[in-house]
Amino acid sequence: MSALTRQAALFEYVLRLGDDALINGQRLSEWCGHGPFLEEDIGLANTALDLIGRARMLLSYAADLEGRGRTEDDLAYLRDERQWFNVLIMELPRGDFAFSTARQFLVDSYNYFLYEALQASTDARLAAIAGKAFKEAKYHLRHTSEWMLRLGDGTQESHAKIQQALEEAWPYTGELFEVDEVEQQILQAGIGPDAAELARQWQKKVGAVLAEAGLQRPKEVWPQTGGRQGLHTEHMGYLLAEMQCVQRAYPGQQW
Amino acid sequence: MNDKHLPLWEVFVRSRRGLDHKHVGSIHAADAEQAMQYARDTYTRRNEGGSLWVVRSADIHASQPEDEPSLFEPAEDKIYRHPTFYDVPEDLKL
Repeated sequence: MSALTRQAALFEYVLRLGDDALINGQRLSEWCGHGPFLEEDIGLANTALDLIGRARMLLSYAADLEGRGRTEDDLAYLRDERQWFNVLIMELPRGDFAFSTARQFLVDSYNYFLYEALQASTDARLAAIAGKAFKEAKYHLRHTSEWMLRLGDGTQESHAKIQQALEEAWPYTGELFEVDEVEQQILQAGIGPDAAELARQWQKKVGAVLAEAGLQRPKEVWPQTGGRQGLHTEHMGYLLAEMQCVQRAYPGQQW
Repeated sequence: MNDKHLPLWEVFVRSRRGLDHKHVGSIHAADAEQAMQYARDTYTRRNEGGSLWVVRSADIHASQPEDEPSLFEPAEDKIYRHPTFYDVPEDLKL
């Protein structure tokens, strides 16, 4: 029998969700002031703020579950690379607008089905967080799906760029549905959804949008993975350095 | 990258049920769906409202400043159009 208690698995699980949201939000926030035009700039920043807000709820909850007196801020600003458990797709550099759009579309589709299912979690606090997150995810997915159609079905150049972006992001999507001891425990306890079922829903949704956009579904390749074990790409350290530098330089500083 | 602007849309927000939609500003967007999303992102992010209208700016016909005298001045000396000449009975509750 597994040594992992329900409480420990729940902590790990909530921490993973929080890390996914925060790192994705941090990456997306890099577009603030650099969007292709003002309206989209505001739209991207809005999504980034939704994700960072979600990360706050999840990391506060993780801190409570851990019960060692750490706060959401400690978790966000005082952990080193190996102690982060987000999937790799969240930390990839923002690239050009096509890459950020393709990545966000793939992630939004995942979040949509994940948080939809989590609303029925046996864990009341997680279900409540999911209720709020699902509404946001629905909007995010609407926004990025529109962009996939627009770019895929747009000019030759936009089509080529978004197809290329999809190819680059695709190898990182398998990790979203990985199952390990934590996931098994979470599924058994009725806390979170079945990853295989999530993957089916995700494949169907993504496939439908790609078909409508006239885009090729990339071939399955060797999946890039490691984030759930704290093993990250070379980009993660730079992201953390930027995100954490103020708190590291002036520990405990407030304003 | 072409530098042509996307079409302009006027945005109207209704703050509460029962009130009118009020003009709040304009945005650029390729079509109605995108205009709706940008209107939402730009003008309702501080809880300003619960209902949105977007209208292509090109579809709005505006009166011209040079028409002002002929359109609006004739109303200026017709004070009898204001309901101020009637004596309101004292026991009428307003």
